[in-house]
Amino acid sequence: MTLLTLIPFLGALLVACAPSCRIARAVGLAVMAGVLAFAGTLAITYDRAAGGIQFLERHAWIPSLGIEYFVGADGMSLMLLLLTALISPFALLAAGPGLSKLHVVLILLLETTLLGTFTALNFIHWFVYYELSLVPAFLLIRSPGTKAATAAALRFFIYTLLGGIALLIGFLAIQLATGTWDLIHLAMLGPKVDPLLAAQFGWPPAGLLVFCCIFLGLAVKVPVVPFHTWLPDAYSESPSFVTMLLTGLMSKMGVYGFLRLLVPLFPQRMQELSTPLLWLALATILFSAFAALAQTDLKRLFAYSSINHLGYCLLGIFAVASVPLGAPAARAAATNGVLLQIFNHGLTAATLFCFVGFLERRSGGLRGMADFGGLRAVAPVFTGLMGIAIFSSLGLPGLNGFVGEFLIFGGTLHLVWWAAALAVIGLFVTAVFLLNILQKVFAGPLPGHWSKFPDLTASEILTVVPSIGLMFLLGIFPQLLIALFNKP
Amino acid sequence: MTNLLIALAPEAFLVITALVVLGIGVSAPKARGAITAATLLGGLVAAAALLLHPVDGNFLHGMVVLNPLARLFKLVLLGLGLVSVVFAAESFPKLHFAEALALLLFSMVGMMLLAGTEDLLMIFLALELTSLPLYILAAFAKESRASAEAGLKYFLIGSVAAAFLLYGLSLIYGVAGSTNLRVIAKLSGDPDPLLIAGIALTLLGFAFKIAVVPFQLWAPDVYEGAPTAAAALIASGSKVAGVFILTKILTLGLGHWTGTAGWGQFAPGWAPVLALMAAASVVLGNVAALVQSNVKRLLAYSAIAHGGYLLIGLCAADAPSLTAVLFYVIIYALTTAGAFGVVVIVEKQRGGSHLEDFEGLGKSSPVLALCLLVFLISLAGIPPLAGFFGKFYLFTSALANGRHLWLVILAVAMNAVSLYYYLIVLKHALVLPAPKETVPTAAPASKFLVVLLALAVLALGLAPNALIGPLSNGQTVKNIIINTLQK
Amino acid sequence: MILTATFLSAFLGAGLILLLPERRASLAKWIALLAVLAGLGGAKFAFLSFDHSPAAPDYQFLTWLPWIPQLGISFFTGADGISVVLLLLTGIIAVTGVLFSWNVTHRPRAFFAFYLIIIGGVYGVFQSFDLFLLFVFYEIVIIPKYFLIAAWGSTNREYGAMKLTMYSVAGSALVLLALIATYAVSGAQTFDLFVLSRGGFSSGFQAWAFPVMFIGFAVLAGLWPLHTWAPTGHVAAPTAVSMLLAGVVMKLGSYSALRVAMTLFPEGLGQWRTSFAILATAGIVLGALVALAQKDLKFTVGYSSIAHMGFVLLGLMTLNRAGMGGAVLQMFSHGIIGGLLFAVVGRMIYDRTHTRDIADLGKMDLLKALPFATLTFTIASVASMGLPGFSGFIAELTILKGSWIAFPWLLVPAGVGIVITVAFTLRALQRAFYPSGEPMPQSFDPITFPEKLGAVLLMAVTVCLGVFPSMLLNPILRSFQAPLMHHLVQEVTTK
Repeated sequence: MTLLTLIPFLGALLVACAPSCRIARAVGLAVMAGVLAFAGTLAITYDRAAGGIQFLERHAWIPSLGIEYFVGADGMSLMLLLLTALISPFALLAAGPGLSKLHVVLILLLETTLLGTFTALNFIHWFVYYELSLVPAFLLIRSPGTKAATAAALRFFIYTLLGGIALLIGFLAIQLATGTWDLIHLAMLGPKVDPLLAAQFGWPPAGLLVFCCIFLGLAVKVPVVPFHTWLPDAYSESPSFVTMLLTGLMSKMGVYGFLRLLVPLFPQRMQELSTPLLWLALATILFSAFAALAQTDLKRLFAYSSINHLGYCLLGIFAVASVPLGAPAARAAATNGVLLQIFNHGLTAATLFCFVGFLERRSGGLRGMADFGGLRAVAPVFTGLMGIAIFSSLGLPGLNGFVGEFLIFGGTLHLVWWAAALAVIGLFVTAVFLLNILQKVFAGPLPGHWSKFPDLTASEILTVVPSIGLMFLLGIFPQLLIALFNKP
Repeated sequence: MTNLLIALAPEAFLVITALVVLGIGVSAPKARGAITAATLLGGLVAAAALLLHPVDGNFLHGMVVLNPLARLFKLVLLGLGLVSVVFAAESFPKLHFAEALALLLFSMVGMMLLAGTEDLLMIFLALELTSLPLYILAAFAKESRASAEAGLKYFLIGSVAAAFLLYGLSLIYGVAGSTNLRVIAKLSGDPDPLLIAGIALTLLGFAFKIAVVPFQLWAPDVYEGAPTAAAALIASGSKVAGVFILTKILTLGLGHWTGTAGWGQFAPGWAPVLALMAAASVVLGNVAALVQSNVKRLLAYSAIAHGGYLLIGLCAADAPSLTAVLFYVIIYALTTAGAFGVVVIVEKQRGGSHLEDFEGLGKSSPVLALCLLVFLISLAGIPPLAGFFGKFYLFTSALANGRHLWLVILAVAMNAVSLYYYLIVLKHALVLPAPKETVPTAAPASKFLVVLLALAVLALGLAPNALIGPLSNGQTVKNIIINTLQK
Repeated sequence: MILTATFLSAFLGAGLILLLPERRASLAKWIALLAVLAGLGGAKFAFLSFDHSPAAPDYQFLTWLPWIPQLGISFFTGADGISVVLLLLTGIIAVTGVLFSWNVTHRPRAFFAFYLIIIGGVYGVFQSFDLFLLFVFYEIVIIPKYFLIAAWGSTNREYGAMKLTMYSVAGSALVLLALIATYAVSGAQTFDLFVLSRGGFSSGFQAWAFPVMFIGFAVLAGLWPLHTWAPTGHVAAPTAVSMLLAGVVMKLGSYSALRVAMTLFPEGLGQWRTSFAILATAGIVLGALVALAQKDLKFTVGYSSIAHMGFVLLGLMTLNRAGMGGAVLQMFSHGIIGGLLFAVVGRMIYDRTHTRDIADLGKMDLLKALPFATLTFTIASVASMGLPGFSGFIAELTILKGSWIAFPWLLVPAGVGIVITVAFTLRALQRAFYPSGEPMPQSFDPITFPEKLGAVLLMAVTVCLGVFPSMLLNPILRSFQAPLMHHLVQEVTTK
């Protein structure tokens, strides 16, 4: 486990010493391939029959504060590790020319922190990685050096850090009340956390306050409307390969946080507050869907679409939490749906942004929908592959997106029918704007100046084919993933 | 009788030296080196007499009283006088140099006699013997208007103060029927109104001598106008003698009427009067010093402030406070003498003692600048220099009986203010560049002495025991000054 | 005796430098380097040989010599965990400060002599257990500061130097007053901290003596609203002195407040702690807000010191092991980070570009022109924001934890303060070092070897501490169980 996080870090050091950019890139890819292989091996060796958290490693770190170096992984972690290991090289490959040595180093560092976040089991240990990921991300976002990118990076950093502080303050209170940072231990305490907090501070709403702190922290990261305002700028101003990392991986830290930190610790609060929480999730879904509809810039559009898809995850999580007992099948379906959706969205969104990146490279930075048209004629491969990704995004059966969303909706419909019903509107709107892209960009008349629009090159095809392949594979055999977090 | 002769031998040697110096001055008025050497030699002989053949005892009914404390002060006064002698070579006009040194010596005799007496008559005589030569010395730079003004002012205010003092002392004598302090100390009960008047007038008279409010007005003009060596003696030796004898009069003779100066616990006596004088001096001295541009004037205001600090210790009037007062006055005198020494040399190089004249001192003569730093920082009360420990000791013991908090607060606060003006001087000396390149003038003797004084100030800061020991060991202060003090 | 060696080496070095003849003036920096290395060696030895075993005495390396017996003053030095940590900090900052002053050619003898006197004074304060001795060392620092700033400083230096000195002296006056009163009231005829701290001071006395003494010390620690000396002073000071000021001199205030004021007057502390906690939090938030509005990079860093020292004071007021331990850790951490920030701004940037205006710097493309400076400043900024992995994180984390116990209602402003801190640090970093407009590349002298050495040393310390804070936390926390402090800790037992 430790080795897994260490590989990209050492790789980053190695890359920093590389004499040229090409070698840096090659070394970076090799390191990432190693990580992928390592993560794959872990996933295969994971004892599904036993379930739970495995590969534990535990060392004293700051004993006076009860902080330990404590790592391990369960199915959910493993899935996210796999996703990280997949998307990172994907982003590196998609970057194309203009990639500097610094970029490779930063991507590797980001990968380190992500792997660390998904394996840490002591809150502080987790938080260290969670916060540190901001630094490479910040530098990556602002790497174009334009004023807008700089401002976006600053906003991204400060918003997320504000969330981080809230999270930290909340967990400090929890540690005071329970005396432990250990996430497994805390999850076992579960419903007792709230009364302990109330006892510690002699004030019953203390638990609610702490819950709100943690919720706020995570909500900014995902993001949940209305805490999303940093996102469209950050996604659209940063280079596409960075956006791939942001949406594919970093947003998952928030969702992972919900599942790992909030839900196990505050089951009663989650249930009590399920109605407002569900409304928040619905707001996220609907608002972002309609906002996406209004966008003309492809990147901003996909940014909102990203929020929208993560909204489904939250919907599933909150729906499950709202009915703590009963309806086991529906709950299991929704939970599996959420986990699948995490992975699928990571894959699909990263692929979509990858295509936007290709598009930008050809158009010299233009990415307004109105700037294009009829590309189908000159770039059929491009159109075809991107079309697949878009269909995956809108949940076409047979592709990966469908299974996750289907399970979420299916589960939620049983648990909280009204929320599912309202969320369906979001689904329709999503379909509308995604199809709109296909129509505007690829169909219609071809503007004259695009007549020499080059199709995908061989290396680009190689870059995207694995992810397209995965979309089909998971669309057809979702149990490949589901098996990870369900006992046989 | 022989013992009396031995007891007065140092003073006698000084008088003889003065006469010899006058003789040399008549026969070879230009041999300034010889004149200075003779003076120093005489001084060293006097010091040797003081150290090698100590006699203790009470002669002529308290006219001459010798004990370890008195001898210590005589030695200090002699030392301070000789320091001024060395500085005099650099700062007095060439004309009538021998006469100037002879006057210095006479004044030293007065101070030393003052340190060794317990008799009101002798006190007054010795004071006058101290002051008269100083009046003349202040006006000694005959071509300088400032010096003439200084001499006149010093003389006029000094005479008025002497009149006050004389009235005061005679009233005390009238009430007590004796001029001997130990006899006066036997008076008790409610004070006679005449005695109150006597005490008040005496205090006013001494206010002049040690330059505190309300008789402080002369100090800035005299310090500025007088030849610097004379100012150095006025600021150091004269102040030490004044404080020492005031302490003696108040605690030995008038201990019954100390009173208290505590906030809200006022009890009539001389302490409350001193407290008011102290408070006023501390505030006036420090505030007025803030706006000075002449270093000598600045030192004058600082002297007023320091007079105030000393009086705070006197108010407390118990053994530790008095030890602290005596300790601090010696430290203060050494420091001020050193500071004036630097001024002497700077004046010689640049022809003035304004702040601008100090610019670039750090570059042209770093040693001198460093010494100035030591002296001024010591005056400001910053460790590890002697001035810090002196103030610390003074305030600590003044507060020890818990009644003088208000005075200590005031003094500590104003002391913080004082750093400002000392720093302004030091800024000119150490930070600002010289306006023009100046050639440092050789003044080896003075420079050597200044360095010596700086080292003494540093050493006494690091090891104040060296001086507190003699002051307090064997309960010197307690036995000799306070044995009749009843609380 | 190893402790005595720390300040003796500094004072001896200062003396030696003063004895150098003019034509050998260039040797001054070498002597200074040797002196501070000797000091660092002593401090490091003390830190490493400090016995952590539970059976070991709480106070080690004790030296007691009579000094002025008439007043009960003795030369009494020693160390507990807090002392060794801060001595180590002093050693590190002293050495790096000399490295960053390697280019001082204007009157180097005086510069390094004053510099070493400050170092000696700081070493002395951190090991004194006699209050008089402590105060002597505390005051020794004041005057050299003035001259270093006034003679070798930059912007508005005479004003800055005088303001800083007068604030220091005013603080000292308060301390002196409280100290004398303590001596008088105790009647024990001693300045021995161990004797005096045994208590016996009436509540009435503590109620006024504590705030007087605490404020006196806290002036130097940058307690809001008495902090205004710090930014002007920091800005005016030459690089090494800014580093010293932020790195160790401000710690003198907070350390002494803890060691003396809080230890002597626990009841007074109890009455006043909430007020001071509020002031500390105000310092965090307002310091950060003001920093956000600065145009001068050094002012930004200067105000950030106020915010960070606010955390120290807040931590001290929590009166629990987490908060107070965090405060001491923060002293160390901010010492290193603050020193590093000032080193970059003052030496690496200003000495080359002759401007500190953030907008002007932004046009120079420092990323290309001075990549090492940019890297250093980036790392220092990240550490300064309190991101995990660097020393500031654990310190702020523990302080926040302490505050949850003591002042939960102050957490929101403190949290806001952290976010604003991040905002201004990022803003400065971004605008000054990562240009967003059309840059006009310029070339500057390359970063010299001593600078790189110093910067790498400081960065290594902050990272090392960020990863292994236990190194310092263990000795620090242990000190709060020792006789002088244990009565301060009002621990709520955790389940």
